[in-house]
Amino acid sequence: MHKKVLMSGNHVIGEAAILAGCRFYAGYPITPQNELAEYMAEHMRKTPGGIFIQAESEIAAINMVLGAAAAGARAMTSSSSPGISLKQEGISFLACDELPAVIVNIMRGGPGLGNIAPSQGDYFQATKGGGHGDYRTPVLAPAHIQELADLTMDAFDLADRYRTPVVILADGMMGQMMEPVIFKTPPPRQYDESYVLKGKEMGKSRFIRGLILDAIRMEEHNWKLYRKYQVMAQKEVRYEAHLIEDAEIVIVAYGTAARIAKGAIKRLREEGYAVGLLRPITLWPFPEKELREIAKKVNSFIVFEMSTGQMLEDVKLALEGRAHIDFYGRPGGVIPTPAELAKVIAYKARRNER
Amino acid sequence: MITKTIFAGFGGQGVLMMGYTFAQAAMMEGYHVTYLPSYGAEVRGGAANCTVAVGDEEIASPIASEPEYLVIMNKPSLLTFQNRVTHGGVIFLNTSLADIKPTRKDVTVHEIPLAEIAETIGVPRGQNLIMLGAFVRKTSLVSPQSCLKSIEERMKGKRGAAWESNRRAFMAGYEWGQSK
Repeated sequence: MHKKVLMSGNHVIGEAAILAGCRFYAGYPITPQNELAEYMAEHMRKTPGGIFIQAESEIAAINMVLGAAAAGARAMTSSSSPGISLKQEGISFLACDELPAVIVNIMRGGPGLGNIAPSQGDYFQATKGGGHGDYRTPVLAPAHIQELADLTMDAFDLADRYRTPVVILADGMMGQMMEPVIFKTPPPRQYDESYVLKGKEMGKSRFIRGLILDAIRMEEHNWKLYRKYQVMAQKEVRYEAHLIEDAEIVIVAYGTAARIAKGAIKRLREEGYAVGLLRPITLWPFPEKELREIAKKVNSFIVFEMSTGQMLEDVKLALEGRAHIDFYGRPGGVIPTPAELAKVIAYKARRNER
Repeated sequence: MITKTIFAGFGGQGVLMMGYTFAQAAMMEGYHVTYLPSYGAEVRGGAANCTVAVGDEEIASPIASEPEYLVIMNKPSLLTFQNRVTHGGVIFLNTSLADIKPTRKDVTVHEIPLAEIAETIGVPRGQNLIMLGAFVRKTSLVSPQSCLKSIEERMKGKRGAAWESNRRAFMAGYEWGQSK
């Protein structure tokens, strides 16, 4: 058991990754995730077998991760929104090649270069397969620093289990903020290394390829990937239900927005409003069944995001018109306060009563 | 209950270190803690601030729109933050680098001449810890022992001359707080 320490989100991802056996990190600087690369630069050096590379670009970094993954390493790269856009080609290749890797996105305001303030504008990009082609990536969305540590370790296991790139989606506030954290000791890595390229005269030839010219074989590959995604959708959904039992209104929010929502709920409950929270921890696969289950008793949902409404679409798809869905969002790097959200919800609640 | 404090000054005054030391001390005492540094496209010598929230319950937002306490190390920070502090809140003001008084009349102000105290004890670089000492004495949010332990932790347990200076600075601030 490790000691309780006060650390920033960016540093926590780095430490958790190294503890989980990550021995290859490549990245390119961008705010607000620079402290992660900084941490890796310092600590990979001290880790036997650890490699840190500041690549010449984001594109180079993701392709180095692809190479390291093909050679059997636990590999990770990180960036923030505009840099993650640049990595999409590589993520699509990782998905096609069925290689395990972890990609961290510490989101900032966008589109374009946007700004460096916390935002949740990359939900679509992360959950709908931001690169080209018919693929999915599991997306983990932590809401506090302890969870960030745990999910970083889990991300590597998920990546191995399904041989897939896994995205950790947090925002600038999660990256910069410090909270107490106790690191777990993860179990040793277990994976089927039948795909690993070991070099000349190291056994039978193996192929990893993302170019499948024959349409029928490509289709087979697509269905194979699809089946894998179906299994993930069955087995890997994670969420937190907070004060749902007696709720008349349920907020759906993830990451930083979910923290703010909890603060709002505390205020609203003191004023007598029965409000609860469903917090998806996996954004893909999305907790659809769980939402539908709640909708058997609750008729009013409010999706709250630091965007103009992206997860909103998944909530609508999950509920299929079974309940009334409102939305409140603050895009562009603005961080709303619990008091502000509480006001909005109290207003909607009173309006619903009328 | 959750209590929020903004520590503000310019880069190099040890503002972030002051906030971190306090936050870590609160963590050691078992509280829920968040520490959020300001970050931006900023330059050396520019504004620096951090927000620390301490509570006996889960902290929803690490941001303080109406902090209970304001620790102000220079004049520009006073102008930036004085209107944010909550009604009935407390401002800790470094009068060595702020020649104006807060315009707020609904808050308590503790005026601390940090440069003067630092000179008296012969620790010119310990002004942030003098401030922290005074802050801890006046707020009782954490014990001075936890703060000293937090400082020691920060110095990786080394109890050399630097540790002694830091301890002296913190205690000078704490005693200043006791005398006022």
